[in-house]
Amino acid sequence: MATTAEGFDAHHEDHAHDHADHKPGFFARWFMSTNHKDIGTLYLIFAIIAGIVGGAISGAMRVELAQPGLQYLGTFVDMLGGDGTSFDQQGHMWNVLITAHGLIMVFFMVMPAMIGGFGNWFVPLMIGAPDMAFPRMNNISFWLTVAGFCSLLFSMFVPGGTGMGAGVGWTVYAPLSTSGSVGPAVDFAIFALHLAGAGSILGATNFITTIFNMRAPGMTLHKMPLFVWSVLVTAFLLLLALPVLAAAITMLLTDRNFGTTFFDPAGGGDPVLYQHLFWFFGHPEVYIMILPGFGMISQIVATFSKKPVFGYLGMAYAMVAIGVVGFIVWAHHMYTVGLDVNTKMYFTAATMVIAVPTGIKIFSWIATMWGGSIEFKSPMVWAMGFIFLFTVGGVTGVVLANGGIDDNLHDTYYVVAHFHYVLSLGAVTSMFAGWYYWFPKMFGRWHSEFLAHLHFWVFFVGVNVIFFPMHFLGLQGMARRYPDYTPAFAYWNEIATIGYMIMAVSIVIFFVNILYAIFFGKKPEANYWGEGATTLEWSLSSPPPFHQFETLPVIEEHHSADDHISPKPANA
Amino acid sequence: MATITLEDRNKRTMLFGFGMALAMLGMGYAAVPLYNLFCRVTGFGGTTQVASESDAALAEQFAASAGGVSYSIRFDANTARNMPWEFKPVQVTDTVAIGQRDMAFYTARNNSDAPITGTATFNVEPEQAGRYFNKIQCFCFTEQTLQPGEEIRMPVLYYVDPAALDDPNMKGVEQITLSYTFHRADQDPS
Repeated sequence: MATTAEGFDAHHEDHAHDHADHKPGFFARWFMSTNHKDIGTLYLIFAIIAGIVGGAISGAMRVELAQPGLQYLGTFVDMLGGDGTSFDQQGHMWNVLITAHGLIMVFFMVMPAMIGGFGNWFVPLMIGAPDMAFPRMNNISFWLTVAGFCSLLFSMFVPGGTGMGAGVGWTVYAPLSTSGSVGPAVDFAIFALHLAGAGSILGATNFITTIFNMRAPGMTLHKMPLFVWSVLVTAFLLLLALPVLAAAITMLLTDRNFGTTFFDPAGGGDPVLYQHLFWFFGHPEVYIMILPGFGMISQIVATFSKKPVFGYLGMAYAMVAIGVVGFIVWAHHMYTVGLDVNTKMYFTAATMVIAVPTGIKIFSWIATMWGGSIEFKSPMVWAMGFIFLFTVGGVTGVVLANGGIDDNLHDTYYVVAHFHYVLSLGAVTSMFAGWYYWFPKMFGRWHSEFLAHLHFWVFFVGVNVIFFPMHFLGLQGMARRYPDYTPAFAYWNEIATIGYMIMAVSIVIFFVNILYAIFFGKKPEANYWGEGATTLEWSLSSPPPFHQFETLPVIEEHHSADDHISPKPANA
Repeated sequence: MATITLEDRNKRTMLFGFGMALAMLGMGYAAVPLYNLFCRVTGFGGTTQVASESDAALAEQFAASAGGVSYSIRFDANTARNMPWEFKPVQVTDTVAIGQRDMAFYTARNNSDAPITGTATFNVEPEQAGRYFNKIQCFCFTEQTLQPGEEIRMPVLYYVDPAALDDPNMKGVEQITLSYTFHRADQDPS
């Protein structure tokens, strides 16, 4: 069997070693990058910046919600050059904030970090490939995402109807986004989604090609690490869901600017159709955000339990099942548009079915830990935090899946609590788990384990204090998407705002830890987590050489899905 | 060994990926006519049905054998924001036996000083009644043009299909609201 892939050996064998460490100059390396690890790093930096912006916006919202009445929105309106005394403009400002927060966190923080960052970094490493299949397309994907982010930020400074900025929610529902928002802001926001979507579609194609065609010799699909499985499923979801969003928002754009009436009843359209199209994308989108997290958690739990992951095939196909079923449950986001009982019954049942593969995953993570030789290193602590928080969010998801109950809870803070438990607490926690798991591998410096643990505990307490009270508020009927509320809800809102401040402290610890690594970080060895870490990235130095696997690694007969690097046993 | 290089395979997979994305984009647009068709066929969202005279005659015979259920029909009229018409039903409610044809009237008056063409959108509430609410004749089938100050009476000829009696979702429905909204048809709606 051939152990080197021709076509990647651009240089002659003699120069192979030099080639591996040869790096281009600063500008060429970071602005014209075609190296999957550099692009991964760029994505991570980008996601951190976007996360700070999106997180600051949520801080602006939490400070406004700390007390009933409107306190700060007028100031924000003034800052953008509007009339801060106008009640309408203050309300519009609120819409702008929730829109920006939602879009930034979904499209410019979680997706770039999960798929662009960790996916780019570790999919080629884990499958033993020298790089992604289309390195230059990889670069385009990144810069399209950056351009999209700029377009979204720009939208905040141009008129959007009632005031500056696009105030339409991340769902961009018509008719608010069509006849309800004159001015270019919403066009810029839609354009941001087009750019980010195009970048993601290119990226998804790149991942699918890489994973299908460039696995190391001997690595069958059923020997692939679970993180690679998760990115593969995610890439398919992106490829099938994003074009539907692109179609829907392009229709919005022509409805807004060119007189079409796709979503305008006056011309025979129907705004509810937009909701169907949006959520046909939107539901797979939430799995796009969480599946790579599932993959990372599987790697981490197995590593620190020093055991193969329990039920490998079940874990892989549970993700496939979640992806497939995710496409046929979209109307549970729109129970209140007027669906008849049978339709609601179907969507309730189909939604609840997703709890089965998700349950398989939770069960298998716990079963992996069961009887394992568990080491509570920081990634493991984050991973266990993820399992707990995601389960809480999953349980409230099953509650909301019920069409009848949702009639009551739709658009309340109960829903806000639910999706922040699975995303803000679930997806973000898994990203921090992956961050501390791979940080020394990626950057060649140890972070402080103490600070990583401290980061976890402060973050864990903070986010729970923010979001757990929202369950109570939602059950009592506090509606989402409003800057004001009756004083009866003041108590838990104040506590949630205190939670935000605790969480903000944890982000400071996160940055201090990065500074610690830069100034005091020790050099890690190749496999710093030891015997539990068995995928191919641990066979490389930390950080890996600029060009890795010039001689492709071979997955032998004795290797399994859970072990790609152990030497052949002597007695075999 | 066949001479398919990795590069060729990668290109093929990429094209497959882009093809899939393109197909989904097409599906997104195809959803527009399909959704329209779906609503008209299933009465989704309270979309009413169109029936011919002979359908109506047949329904009346069925209803005669089914026995006397009757519905209270409420009539609702709205105008879009930029529509300077006064539009209202002549009668607010009516009671009809199932399967029986009934004629209701709406009036519309153009309060502006320019001729305006309008078109009406419609549905019924509760929404599951949409597939049983049949219109034989309706002003909403065509556009209406009113001269400045002109007032017209517009008829709707309809019946409720006796098939509703066999639908468990229609159990307990005693009242159906027929709603219209007039939009301007002669200018850019936004």
